[in-house]
Amino acid sequence: MSNILLNDNDITRAITRISHEILERNKGAENIALIGIRTRGVTLSNRLQQKINAIENTQVEIGALDITLYRDDLGAGIQKPELKKTEIGFALEGKHVILCDDVLFTGRTIRAAIDALMDFGRPASVQLAVLIDRGHRELPIRPDYVGKNIPTPKSKRVQVLLKEIDDEDKVIIQEHAK
Amino acid sequence: MTQTATLSQRNIITMESLTADDIEIILDAADSFKEISTRAIKKVPTLRGRTIINLFFEASTRTRTSFEIAGKRLSADVINISGAASSTVKGESLIDTARNLEAMNPDILVIRHNCSGAPALISQFVNSPVINAGDGAHEHPSQSLLDLLTIREHKGTLKGLKVAIVGDITHSRVARSNIRAMQTMGMKVNVVAPPTLIPVGLENLGVEVCYDLGKGIKDADVIMVLRIQLERQNQGLLSSLREYSNYFCLTENHLANVSKDTLIIHPGPVNRGIEIALDVMEGPRSLILNQVTNGVAIRMALFYLLLGESDANSN
Repeated sequence: MSNILLNDNDITRAITRISHEILERNKGAENIALIGIRTRGVTLSNRLQQKINAIENTQVEIGALDITLYRDDLGAGIQKPELKKTEIGFALEGKHVILCDDVLFTGRTIRAAIDALMDFGRPASVQLAVLIDRGHRELPIRPDYVGKNIPTPKSKRVQVLLKEIDDEDKVIIQEHAK
Repeated sequence: MTQTATLSQRNIITMESLTADDIEIILDAADSFKEISTRAIKKVPTLRGRTIINLFFEASTRTRTSFEIAGKRLSADVINISGAASSTVKGESLIDTARNLEAMNPDILVIRHNCSGAPALISQFVNSPVINAGDGAHEHPSQSLLDLLTIREHKGTLKGLKVAIVGDITHSRVARSNIRAMQTMGMKVNVVAPPTLIPVGLENLGVEVCYDLGKGIKDADVIMVLRIQLERQNQGLLSSLREYSNYFCLTENHLANVSKDTLIIHPGPVNRGIEIALDVMEGPRSLILNQVTNGVAIRMALFYLLLGESDANSN
């Protein structure tokens, strides 16, 4: 059984609003860089980039981060997450980096992403944009930009589906964690 | 939701034991690991607190350094032991040495030995995963994997490619590993050498044997040149190095007759002017240094994929 939390229009509106919030907070697009956390964070960062580029008539830097090698739960068995490439083709020095991810849950992914970022350089600041914040943080981490806050029982599973990967845009909540 | 990659083996002893899926998993992981070596800070915390022992009973610069750098870039502690400095010179048996090292709880053992089968033997007596870094004339799996990665990078695929392996096939663990692995990946293998350097019955593995360099490399997509092992040249297999060189040294003249896209690889160390001409070695088709770069990525991938089995409930 699954329930739809956001449909395609809701997602588009959230992306538009977050884009404006990012520009407002940083007083324009200068020195902004978007870095998506693989896999769906990268898709969201692409959409934010398009929106911000269109609003400001500019070209903001974009990168992709694979946090697998920074996870704190590796070593749990010989089964290993499939590794993807990290692509950050610009210097982080002086940049206001907006980390993008689909769902913020325990905060452990973001901890790993911040550690990974710091190995690439010293950004002026790191901000966090997520489509869904479902609570249950296990680390002192909070988002700067949120598409929607959805308090959920820990046992349930929130899944973000995006057209580029899943052929449709929606956010669903499922009864049992897989 | 995250896709996972799992090898069918917990030791990497032979290429023969790896499936096409295993090889793809390792090459894909290595492809992602390459990026780390291009960073300003060439280190990720993945294997922090893990211990890797490099146990080398035979001389090696490239392979030992490559394994060491791979471990260090993943934040593992790497300990190097060379044959001359080990207790085997005091008469300790190989298995006792391995058991004693095991008692210090390493997470992985990388072994090079001049006897075929030594890493396989050790793997039966220790719990840590074992990687064969070259055993006698048997196999050298990490070399074969880095060769395949280099070829795949430049050709886009492995299936259907034709490879000519030129040189001392009899004594080459690189040739043995590659023949097996390339066949697994659907590639076609020719070997080119004088009859004395080709083991009897090699055709039974399904490779084509050729005694003429020009013919052997004619439609090859990849030419793999092997080192003439100078230390073995007192066995009467060649009348002289100069004669070998006259017939089997890969020169620009040979390359005039093959496609411009033909790749040239060599596992090193190279005897310049004996098995490969200097201008070929340094020419545009030569990928010898790319192979070395890829070696680090392959070994990082192997460590990443093999480590972690011991603590099954750390999550």
